[in-house]
Amino acid sequence: MSATSEFANVARVAWHRRGFFAGQTAYVTLAFLIICLLATWLSGNFATAGNLLNISRNFSYIALMSLGMTVVIITGGIDLSVGSVCALVAVCSMIVMRWVAGSPLGGLPYASVVVPVVAGLALAGAIGLINGLLIARLDLSPFVTTLGMLSICRGLTYVITQGRGQAPSGPDVATFFALTNGRLAGLPVQVVYVLMAAAALGVALHHGVWGRHLFAVGGSEPAAVRTGVRVSRVKISAYMLCSLAAGASGILLAGWLGSAPANLASGYELRVIAATVIGGANLAGGSGGPIGAVIGAALIEVIRNALVLGRVDTYWQDALIGLIIILAVLVDKLRVLQTK
Amino acid sequence: MADRTQVDRRFVAQASAFLSLRGIAKSFGAVRALDGVDLDIGAGEVIGLMGDNGAGKSTLTKIIAGNFPPTQGQIVLEGADVVFDRPAAARDAGIEVMYQDLAIAENLTAAANIFLGREMTRRVGPFRLLDHRGMNRRAGELFRELKSETRSDDLVKQMSGGQRQAVAIARTRLAQAKLVLMDEPTAAISVRQVAEVLDLIRRLRDGGTAVMLISHRMPDVFGVCDRIAVLRRGVKVADKPAGATSAEEITGLITGAIEAA
Repeated sequence: MSATSEFANVARVAWHRRGFFAGQTAYVTLAFLIICLLATWLSGNFATAGNLLNISRNFSYIALMSLGMTVVIITGGIDLSVGSVCALVAVCSMIVMRWVAGSPLGGLPYASVVVPVVAGLALAGAIGLINGLLIARLDLSPFVTTLGMLSICRGLTYVITQGRGQAPSGPDVATFFALTNGRLAGLPVQVVYVLMAAAALGVALHHGVWGRHLFAVGGSEPAAVRTGVRVSRVKISAYMLCSLAAGASGILLAGWLGSAPANLASGYELRVIAATVIGGANLAGGSGGPIGAVIGAALIEVIRNALVLGRVDTYWQDALIGLIIILAVLVDKLRVLQTK
Repeated sequence: MADRTQVDRRFVAQASAFLSLRGIAKSFGAVRALDGVDLDIGAGEVIGLMGDNGAGKSTLTKIIAGNFPPTQGQIVLEGADVVFDRPAAARDAGIEVMYQDLAIAENLTAAANIFLGREMTRRVGPFRLLDHRGMNRRAGELFRELKSETRSDDLVKQMSGGQRQAVAIARTRLAQAKLVLMDEPTAAISVRQVAEVLDLIRRLRDGGTAVMLISHRMPDVFGVCDRIAVLRRGVKVADKPAGATSAEEITGLITGAIEAA
């Protein structure tokens, strides 16, 4: 009980009408569970260990990118370049890996894993920095800036590879596969990474000064400026984090596929934004969280999987996901209207 | 002799003033926005700054708040010359600005808004995390001091206009401001909320904080201000105790029907 709750005329909002329970994330979590139960009931193959592992691995790439996207969307921005950044980083990392393996550095233990991963993430961070500087310092529109970056990164990916896929190689390639597509405590490592990233992001968003400032920038940028929040820095950090998540996802995808094709992750930006929005992030800024991003990504994957198991024409998938996006936002809108 | 007494009065005012402006002028290119403005603000004094649009009120406010320096003139803070070259310098000197839009983020709680940019943290292992409990407690204390029925952990989105004002005022209390500049705080709120805001201004004054109220609303200015200063076309044309003037006189001074008083 807070000390100020003695006021008779200011009623405390009931627990199920505030915080997590009142948000879109809660409804979507409920929808997710119901769809899982339905799928289990309708198809004997859904709740098998093999299928669940498959789903969890497939969704982890989108989930990881959605965590980054959530950070950008909280500030009121958008990053359309994630799919292309994913591909460019994956391709460049594989090229660096081949180069390190063939150079004297290749003799050092694990150098052909560490160097390409660090180089790939540095590239991702640099792209995010450019996005952030253009948006925060030069006040360009996030939509247009990252649309340009989408095209630049995809173009560079084709220029560098001439359209050929780049495969992991070198003396430590087994280690690379273990780190990107192995198992840890019975779970696919990709899922472990996603859960760790989600937990870290949750703490940073809700218990860190940086997270508080992120929400303030998204809620009211003028207020953040006037209260001394370093708005530019906060925004730049958001775009860097988003690019880093996309880059990390690209490296993981290269490990899973055993190759980084030039058309890797094309169109993923829309799936990532869809997952983030379904999970409860508001494109107007100021709201969103890691649970929503992960649940949103999981919901999309479960629906895809259930449709495949149900032998529904695969072309229906996109239509249904579109419907879910609109439904998720609509349900939240109706709830807000009701409380008013 | 008349000159002599005026100098004496100025000397006395300066000795007890928290902030003194001396011959402040500001030009934007060819436009002279302020011309030789002298103004003293005593500790715990509520001064009303009035004037028509373009009279120089907001330019003067921005100079005090450190948004930009004056072209000429001195700012004397507690007897010492100061230069406010950026807003942070004025903030550090104990001068806070309450903006018309209150500079509040609706998606955050009252406590989060009060502490925005000045968050309390505690060390947890290698990390510095927000001290939610500490901030909520301190915000609750501030609301109780202001006798405002506002809960620290409620979202501002759900609050009334009066409560939002209380959040913005609590923020200046947290900063232990010695002078709060308020830009049209009562311009866009209901009658009942205006009364709440005027009460909050009185509580700030009772706590020893000086307030400069920039407003168009005559009843509000006469309701709380000890002194009223009028600017017209960048020149101070009146500066007198609220009890020694009237709404008619102030209106005349603002419009120019009365030359000076």
